[in-house]
Amino acid sequence: MRMELIQPFINSADAVLAQGLDSPISIGSLSMEEDAYRRRGVAALIYVTGDIEGRVIFDLDSPTAVRVASKFAGTELPESDSLVWETVCELANQVTGNAITALNDQGFHFRVHPPVLHTAEVGSKSSEDTEALVMCFETATGNIFMNIALRYNRRRHPEHTAVAGV
Amino acid sequence: MEQFAPVKRAKDGQPIRYLVVDDSVFARKNLARIIQTFGGQVAAEAGDGVAAITEYERTKPDIVLMDITMPQMEGIAAAEKIVVQHPEARIVMVSSVGYQENIVAALQRGARHFVQKPVKPEVLYEVIKYVLGDDATVTSAAGAGV
Repeated sequence: MRMELIQPFINSADAVLAQGLDSPISIGSLSMEEDAYRRRGVAALIYVTGDIEGRVIFDLDSPTAVRVASKFAGTELPESDSLVWETVCELANQVTGNAITALNDQGFHFRVHPPVLHTAEVGSKSSEDTEALVMCFETATGNIFMNIALRYNRRRHPEHTAVAGV
Repeated sequence: MEQFAPVKRAKDGQPIRYLVVDDSVFARKNLARIIQTFGGQVAAEAGDGVAAITEYERTKPDIVLMDITMPQMEGIAAAEKIVVQHPEARIVMVSSVGYQENIVAALQRGARHFVQKPVKPEVLYEVIKYVLGDDATVTSAAGAGV
């Protein structure tokens, strides 16, 4: 996966999380995921279709999800509160939407689908043309993982596909 | 959260009534909290475009805050349907997807303005005042009893 696809997500996550959590964040680790995706806790999944296709997963362990949701809600939430997963879904939506906006300015066109809760313990394994990149954002509230698997749509953007495999 | 000088309806001095449309409960609650800091009232909430049309007919709000990406009917289509029936409707699109085509499409179909998520209260406050124009007055915090 090329950096031109990743950088907007990093910038967007940095901006959205720093504003929402009201504290600086840093990227703790960045790795390619070769095995199947395994959920850590509360995870939101967003599909993207168009010139670039794939999915973005936002994943927080349960205690971190509760702390993040409580921070946004301005009150302590119990783990069972639906606002906990609602918050994770909306954060995923905002980060993906802002990143897609930046990519659109570079000439890519897509559609962002509404976030859904990722309930399965294990997801599909990444393939040769849809590698998954996992980023860990370290915040004062805990670690937030973003798992991105995107690829150029061959039918819609052949010129990018040609260089993407290099 | 920062408090703003209350924005009231010019014709009767009553709080501005908002219809908040977003499929995310979290986003609706967040907007409701921001609206409170403007001295406004949430007249109704809706989780998709179809419900937004129903709630608009029922409550006739002063302002609609409308998300774009939603199930069943998306925000731009819902905005268009509302404006066709109610040309006076004031709809502000609120979405994380803020690229040019989306904004232009929304404005062409009757939306009055666009605010990108995450919503900055001070930005939304200025947009609300601009969209309401002479139909709103900003009261001083002291006068409002804050």
